[in-house]
Amino acid sequence: MSTISTLSSRFNIPSHPVDEVGIKERVARLATRSIKKFSKVEGLKLALSMVDLTTLEGADTPGRVRQLCTKAIHLHSGRSDLPMVAAVCVYPTMVRVAREALKGTPIKVAAVATAFPSGMNPLAVKLEDTRYAVGEGAHEIDMVISRGDFLRGDYARVADEIAEVKKACGKAHLKVILETGELGTLDRVRLASDIAMEAGADFIKTSTGKIQPAATPEVVLVMLQAISDFFRKTGKKIGMKPAGGIANAKAALNLLVMVREVLGPAWLNPDLFRIGASKLPNDILMQLEKERTGVYQGGDYFSND
Amino acid sequence: MSRNGTSGKNGRLDVRKTYKMLVGGAFVRSESGRALDVEAPGGGWLGHVCRASRKDFRNAVVAARKAASGWATATSYLKGQILYRAAEMLEGRASGFREVLQSIGLSPVAAKTEVSQAIDLLVYYAGWADKYLQVFGAVNPVATPHFNFSVTEPMGVVAYVAGEKRPLLDLVSGIAPIVVGGNTVITLSTGRAAVAAMELGEVLETSDFPPGVINLLCGLREELVGQMSSHMDVNALVVQGGDEKEHTASREACALNLKRYFPRDPGGKGDEDPYRILDTVEIKTTWHPVGG
Repeated sequence: MSTISTLSSRFNIPSHPVDEVGIKERVARLATRSIKKFSKVEGLKLALSMVDLTTLEGADTPGRVRQLCTKAIHLHSGRSDLPMVAAVCVYPTMVRVAREALKGTPIKVAAVATAFPSGMNPLAVKLEDTRYAVGEGAHEIDMVISRGDFLRGDYARVADEIAEVKKACGKAHLKVILETGELGTLDRVRLASDIAMEAGADFIKTSTGKIQPAATPEVVLVMLQAISDFFRKTGKKIGMKPAGGIANAKAALNLLVMVREVLGPAWLNPDLFRIGASKLPNDILMQLEKERTGVYQGGDYFSND
Repeated sequence: MSRNGTSGKNGRLDVRKTYKMLVGGAFVRSESGRALDVEAPGGGWLGHVCRASRKDFRNAVVAARKAASGWATATSYLKGQILYRAAEMLEGRASGFREVLQSIGLSPVAAKTEVSQAIDLLVYYAGWADKYLQVFGAVNPVATPHFNFSVTEPMGVVAYVAGEKRPLLDLVSGIAPIVVGGNTVITLSTGRAAVAAMELGEVLETSDFPPGVINLLCGLREELVGQMSSHMDVNALVVQGGDEKEHTASREACALNLKRYFPRDPGGKGDEDPYRILDTVEIKTTWHPVGG
């Protein structure tokens, strides 16, 4: 506890126990919200405009990244009424390729950095990783916290690292990945959220997508509440990015409902809310095409990336 | 059997079955919570079956699509083994099935014949599993230095509407050629035949079919056929029976999404027919340069 109090004196983090049963009930209740027809179409389009279209594979090639960027700009043939996604999220070595492919569009390029996905590297290497990605032209940096340090109770080190990476980002936006699947309890998710925000995160993000469970509704709700409390305390609006395992339109709409209910309409835009996903856009497109044509769609009619 | 649950026999309560549908390897009720009354042959009440909603059908499509690639690439040997096991399972429950068929109106002789024929039909198609590819595939003579061959490929997800005349056979004779061709299937059974269909679900579920390969629904034909023909993720529709109006509507809806449509006469003609397998497979022809 002494570490927390040291940290608290520096960052003013209140200890904030999470009511797990209450969270579960609230999540269940919010998930019953029914959104149909016109509202559904608008909600789905909004969700599309918030997607960070992601490819984080060892097998990524410049060709694949360019293909993904084309999809980011042009989600589906024959529909001019669709928004572009918010950003494309890639590994640092692919940033230049993505910037080139997205030239002339408002789509941002996000890069994962700081020894993604494990974060098991010395700080100097993480900072160099970050500076490299920013130098390549990344608008946004998705960093991972050191879960090992966090679970050991070395919160000050976690906070310092975030602050250092934030400095290395310069003008680039910083999203801090908590990797909630490795944190274990909602109390820890809350604490990690508070630390990240105090240390300078522009966004907090649930997961790397490499670990299950990832962005569960419970975790998202806890993080949204942390953002809400932080806003009330400081007046700063921190963004939220659930990522990992969000593959269908219904889950995306549920997320929007949660954001609207916890943070209000101000957060319902791509500057403050993102969804990290690779398969989600196609499911949303299938739903939108169903609303347009009245016929249920099949995956064969939509491009993979 | 009376509706309030007692038969009076030995003073025991009846332990009666809830007939559930088979979707994605799980026995489910309709998501809509609806059920249909099944009338006993001589009037009176026989039981309840689920009334599948359009959403149930869409859920089944998702399950069938998920299972499609795995089943398509399963070896012919395995497909044959699994179909044969279905026959074994049905054989083991033959007497139970005879009773069920009699309860929905078949004579003892007809019930016995139908169960035996259903078992034999499964064995018949199990045998074709590693043979139809050679019969329908070919090495084609071409005038260029190419090795040119045609092979069958499953279409993918097939919907099948079973007739009611032969409660068990109409279903089995539809399912067997579809799945032996490497497709996954969603069936619809209606009326009293639904009772036999839901019993068959228990046989298929213990036959090592991977979850989602065979999905059995029951409900109202007029409610679901439109959805089956228009759904873009269903590759073919096979129906038994149905009136001209339904056929026209289905043909139109299937044309819009390039779905294959096969209306079949109800009845036993052509149950044992390898060309039924050909209906729901496609022929892929490959040109391979000689020495390339």
